[in-house]
Formats: sequence, structure tokens, C-alpha cells
Amino acid sequence: MTEIIQIIIDALSLGSLYALGALGIALIFGVMRLVNFAHGDTIAFCVFALLWPSIDAAAVVFAGHLPTVLLIPLILLIGAGLSVLSEIIVFRRFRKANPATMMIASFALGFVIRYFLLMLYSSRPKSINLWESLGESIGFLGARVPLLQIVTVAITLGILGLLTLFLKRSRYGLEMRAAAENFTMARMLGVRANRVIMLAFALSGMLAATTGLILVTQTGTVDIQMGASVMLIAFIATVIGGLGSLTGAVTAGYLIGAASVLMQVVLPLDARPFRDAFVYGAVIVTLIWRPNGLFVARSAKQRV
Amino acid sequence: MTLLTVDGISVRYGQLTALRRASISVKEGESLFVTGPNGAGKSTLLKAIAGVVPIREGAITFAGTAVAGKAPEDIARLGFSMVPEGRDVFSGLTIDENLRVGVGMRADKDAAIRDLETVYSVFPMLAERRHRPAGVLSGGQQQMLVIGRALMAKPKLIAIDEPSLGLAPKVIDDVYATLLKLRDAQGLTLLIVEQSSARAMLTGGRMVLMRSGEVVLEGDARELVRGDALKKAYFGYGDH
Ligand SMILES: Nc1ncnc2c1ncn2[C@@H]1O[C@H](COP(=O)(O)OP(=O)(O)O)[C@@H](O)[C@H]1O
Ligand SMILES: [Mg+2]
Repeated sequence: MTEIIQIIIDALSLGSLYALGALGIALIFGVMRLVNFAHGDTIAFCVFALLWPSIDAAAVVFAGHLPTVLLIPLILLIGAGLSVLSEIIVFRRFRKANPATMMIASFALGFVIRYFLLMLYSSRPKSINLWESLGESIGFLGARVPLLQIVTVAITLGILGLLTLFLKRSRYGLEMRAAAENFTMARMLGVRANRVIMLAFALSGMLAATTGLILVTQTGTVDIQMGASVMLIAFIATVIGGLGSLTGAVTAGYLIGAASVLMQVVLPLDARPFRDAFVYGAVIVTLIWRPNGLFVARSAKQRV
Repeated sequence: MTLLTVDGISVRYGQLTALRRASISVKEGESLFVTGPNGAGKSTLLKAIAGVVPIREGAITFAGTAVAGKAPEDIARLGFSMVPEGRDVFSGLTIDENLRVGVGMRADKDAAIRDLETVYSVFPMLAERRHRPAGVLSGGQQQMLVIGRALMAKPKLIAIDEPSLGLAPKVIDDVYATLLKLRDAQGLTLLIVEQSSARAMLTGGRMVLMRSGEVVLEGDARELVRGDALKKAYFGYGDH
């Protein structure tokens, strides 16, 4: 029984990470039809911000020592800021370009961010300890689980709740949903294109920051590659969920998290190192079964 | 007073010239009926005014402001409300949400709430389903919804592209009856685009005929529909 609880918590916490990543991609795709591959590098950038203003090759945590009440808003702000800047400096110029061009631009931007970090900090992963107390295990329904997993799941559910409230109850949320469904029509009703898109980027950047903070607390390392691995699975989750569907992205994020954890448990020992092959195999089967994803997003009328 | 002046505008889609120095004008409180065969450039004319497609030459003035080159949202904010061909309801949003999208640009949010109730009283079948997704509505109900949505933006002018598209004759009559009722009760200015000129008998006012991207005939709507100059012009001046 306790073993099952442990598996469920593992699946939920891994799934939360993927869901947050997928949501960051799906939000921007919704309003811009852009798959933003720079999202992973935005995550890494936020993690490296913990070291500011030090650029020492060894990890000298500076910003990371700020009290939590300051640190979290600061990192969220950095994520939002970088993301909004990406839109203003880069993506805005590609708004009328075709999706492939925009995607390439996002790849390029991702590399620019990554090599900028590489230049400053070198490629060696650095270990840092953030919120060490979260590493402790606590009793949970008879099982002992790391506090961080519980916190990760709780924070993710909280974010999902807030985001749902924002989208369903606020004026900007309404404008975003209208724009995601039919951007031109929304504009003809006075919805300001730039504001909606910048808002989507800001939210996505804050999701990147959250993902980064969870990752760095989990792994205890700061690494240039750390966003990229989450990004890949998050991207897959948005495709499986149905590009443009937020519910789909979140659901698929949790499904992939659950699949990974389950395979780790049920696969024979010899096969476990190849777990990812099985996960991606399941992805292929899902896409053959439902080429447009689990949740078909409503219309994808032209942007502009 | 002239509310909208379109002065010699041209629009091209790649090699294809969709509008060739077209001009129309609409006075405050009147209704202008724009007709013409499929492909004449009627929808393009509305899209150009709305700022959705760029113009290559000419000028557009709406409510005293030169609007050519402005963003669609800025033109909407001047009071130009568009009901596009095919209606474009937000099918995933509820009916209530559809109606409220355009309220964001209004300063008078309290009046907007009263207007919402007015729209519901004009369209009771929308009120009954206000929290259902708009995708569940029939074509006729969707047409009513987008008219209501345009009204909620508190426009100076409503431009409607093919309101009768895909609707049964009885439903088309309802749509027009509602439009005319609104026009007479609220002093709305209407710009109606329709492939068939038949309904111009109902709206009255002025009518223009477009062909191959040009405005080829203009006159009193009822006189034109009764006479045969329109038929001739519609099918071409005897050019075979
Ligand atoms: N987005 C577009 N791209 C290319 N050609 C278009 C586009 N929209 C319309 N056209 C062409 O422009 C001409 C005018 O179209 P339109 O304005 O829709 O006419 P109408 O509304 O009178 O039927 C047509 O020949 C049509 O094929
Ligand atoms: Mg048309």
C-alpha cells in the first residue's frame, strides 16, 4: 500500500513538472501558433539567475541566498522579463511568417540564450542547495515521501487553479481565450494583439521560472542543459494533448509523467535502462491512434 | 454627416487584384447595401476597412479619422464593428463570453452590463443558453449572436458580410427583421454585404453594385432592384 502511494506521488510530481513545461509552451502556441523551443533555455536562464551577479565558474550563489519571499518573485520576474523581451525583440518580427520560420527563430533564440550562459558560466554543472529542508521526507498516508514532491504537486495544482481562474474569470483571460480561438476576430472586437501576446509570454516565462526552481531544488545542480530535457518532453506533451489545448497539454504532461514512473516499476530489470524507449514508443502509438492529439483544439484560424 | 468614406482603394492578393480603386461612403444613420457576384471583392472591401488586409492605394476615413494602415483593434475602437462572412463565433466560449469580448474596449462598463440585458431581451434564445458554449447554436442563432456581439461593442457602424449565408429563408427574414428593428430603434448605421440583392427591398436606402473589384453602379436600393439596370450590370454590360 505504502509502495503504491509512493508510486502515485512520484508520478504526480514528475507529471507536474511536465505539465508546467507543457503549459508554458501551449499558452504561447494558443495565441501565436508558435512552438517556442527557447522555453527550455528560458528555464535554464532562470536557474542561472540564482547565481547572479556572480559569474564564477564555481557556483557562488548570490541571488539564491535571498529570503524566499523575495527570491521567488525575483525569479518569476526574470522569467517573465526574458520571455517578454524574446517576444518584443524576436518573435514580434515573425508574426506574419509561417510556423516553420517562427519555430526556427525560436531554436535560434534558444541557442543564443544557451551560449550566452555558456560564455558566462562555462559548461560545468554547478551544485547548489536551495531550500534544503524540502529534501526531508515526511510521513504521508503511511508512506514516507520527500517533502519536495508534495510541495511540487501542491504548487502545480495551485498554479493550475489560479490560471484557470484567470482565464475563466478575468477580462484579460477572456481576451486571451478569444484570441487563441480566432485572433483576427478578437482584434476586430478591440482586443489589443500586442497586449494579449505579451501577457501570454509573461505567463509562460513565469511558468519557466517555476519549472526551473523546482528542477534546481530537485537536482541540486545548475546546468545549461537542464531546461532542454524538460522542454523535449513538454513539447511532446503539448503535441499529444493537441497543440493549442491547455487542458490537453496538462493532461498529457501528467500522463507522460505517470507512464515514465509506471514503466520504471513494471518493466523487467533488464529493460529499465531503456525506459525512455518505451515511453516514446507509447507516444508514437498515441499519435497513430489520435494524430491531432487527445484534445482537439478549437479552430486554428490565422493569427495576424 | 458622412461616417465612412472609402476613396479609391485597391487591394491585391499576390498577383490577383481584388479591389480596383473602389469608393463608397456611408452617412450616419443610413444603411448601405453592397451587392455583387461571388468574387467581386465585397468581403475584401470590408476587410480593408476593418484593417485586416492592407490597401495599396487610396484612403479610408472613419468617424473623422484616417484609418488606412491602422491596426484592426484601433479601428474597432473608433466604433467600426464587423460581423464577418461565416460569422466567426468563438465556439469554445460561452454565449455570454462571446457577447462580452468586445466590452473590453468600452469605458462605460456599467452601461455595458445594461446593454447585455438589452441584447438578451432582443434575442431571448441567447439568454436561455447564455452559459452554454456558442458552438451548440444553430446557424441562425449564431448569426443573432454575432449581431449581438457587434452591438455590445457599442459601435457607430456595423458592417455585416453575407448575413444570410447558409440560412433558411425564414431565418433570413428573422435576421433582417432584427437588424431593421435595431437600426430604427437605436439609430444604427449599417453596411450590409450580400451576394443577392433581393433583401435590399427590405432595407431600402442606397445600394452599390460591385463587379471584378470595382464599384460599377450606385443608386436607390429599391429603384435598382425593381429596374433592370442592376441585372444587366450584375451579369456584365453585355460583355461575353
Ligand atoms: N486571402 C485571399 N488570398 C488570395 N485571394 C483572395 C483572398 N481572399 C479573397 N481572394 C480573392 O479575391 C477576390 C475577391 O474576393 P472576395 O472579396 O472574397 O469577394 P466576394 O466577397 O465579393 O465574394 C476573389 O477572386 C477571391 O478569390
Ligand atoms: Mg464574400
